[in-house]
Amino acid sequence: MSLTRPEPRKIILSRRVLFLQGLKAGVPIGLGYFAVSFSLGIAAKSAGFNAFQGLLISFLGHASAGEYAAITLIAANAAYWEMALVTLIANARYLLMSFAMSQRMSPASSLRHRLLMSYFITDELFAVTIGRPGFLKPYYMYGAICVASPCWAVGTALGVVAGQLLPISVVSALSVALYGMFLAVIIPAAKKDKVVAGLVLCSFLASWAAGVIPGVSALSEGIRTIILTVVISAAAAFFFPAGAKARTEEEADT
Amino acid sequence: MTHNIYLYLLVMAAVTYAIRVAPMTLLRKPITSPFIRSFLYYVPYVTLAVMTFPAMVNATQTLLSGVAALIVGVAVAWFGGGLFPVAAACCVTVYALELFV
Repeated sequence: MSLTRPEPRKIILSRRVLFLQGLKAGVPIGLGYFAVSFSLGIAAKSAGFNAFQGLLISFLGHASAGEYAAITLIAANAAYWEMALVTLIANARYLLMSFAMSQRMSPASSLRHRLLMSYFITDELFAVTIGRPGFLKPYYMYGAICVASPCWAVGTALGVVAGQLLPISVVSALSVALYGMFLAVIIPAAKKDKVVAGLVLCSFLASWAAGVIPGVSALSEGIRTIILTVVISAAAAFFFPAGAKARTEEEADT
Repeated sequence: MTHNIYLYLLVMAAVTYAIRVAPMTLLRKPITSPFIRSFLYYVPYVTLAVMTFPAMVNATQTLLSGVAALIVGVAVAWFGGGLFPVAAACCVTVYALELFV
């Protein structure tokens, strides 16, 4: 929609300004990332990760839910194809974000920018990048990335290292940080959209049931997550087509 | 069979990047299928919800503190708390309950 919006020429000249603005936007994101990735590191530690592997998973993943799912699978010694499928499901929302971003790229933007920006699509970096009017500014996003990404990766490594030094009460408390972050994504959406609210409740119940029903509970956690996600989302898409909101919400809120 | 952690991470990284890069580089037109659009719209919420419960209430030392953290987290998120405030509120709830109860 904004493809036709005229773009000021000075954009080329102000890369440095955009980058600095991006750095500033990256600070609160980085602080949030640090706390959450620290708890991710604690989970990674209990799955047998060392600090370097903690740094690596976060630099390669940049995704709380996706990395958390990956850690659970590694702990469970799952098959590689399970890892591929679960990652696909857990990170499917980035497909939506990438799609939304593709609609806002300047037609003149190089493949290099598209390749680099894509690597760092997360809920928060997507939000700040797409929150600016007009075409997306690659250098603004790079600024935010330069603060947020190291916080995410280093936080995970520190979680692996310091997680074992912390008293059990603190580890127990931090273990819910990640789930708190998931709630921060799903609850506001549920508040705005009754269908999403119903889906969240259904998902909670179904997830609990799948863990106790004989037979189903024997399946790995990753497989149960895939099956439940596909079945519930497909049923919702069939019975409650999201229509226009599927477009506007993805740009406004994620 | 034991798997290699670096191979796991490589698989995760490759799939994750493919998801992120494909639309940005290949797709220039909007997806038109209402079903696929709706499906993609619901997927993140459903998958996060499935991963949150009951895992969250089982993650803590006591069931009570896990349940309380869930309730507090939902409440803070409902009243507009962002990523960090919600995560912090959940942690503080668990810490306080396991300390005093």
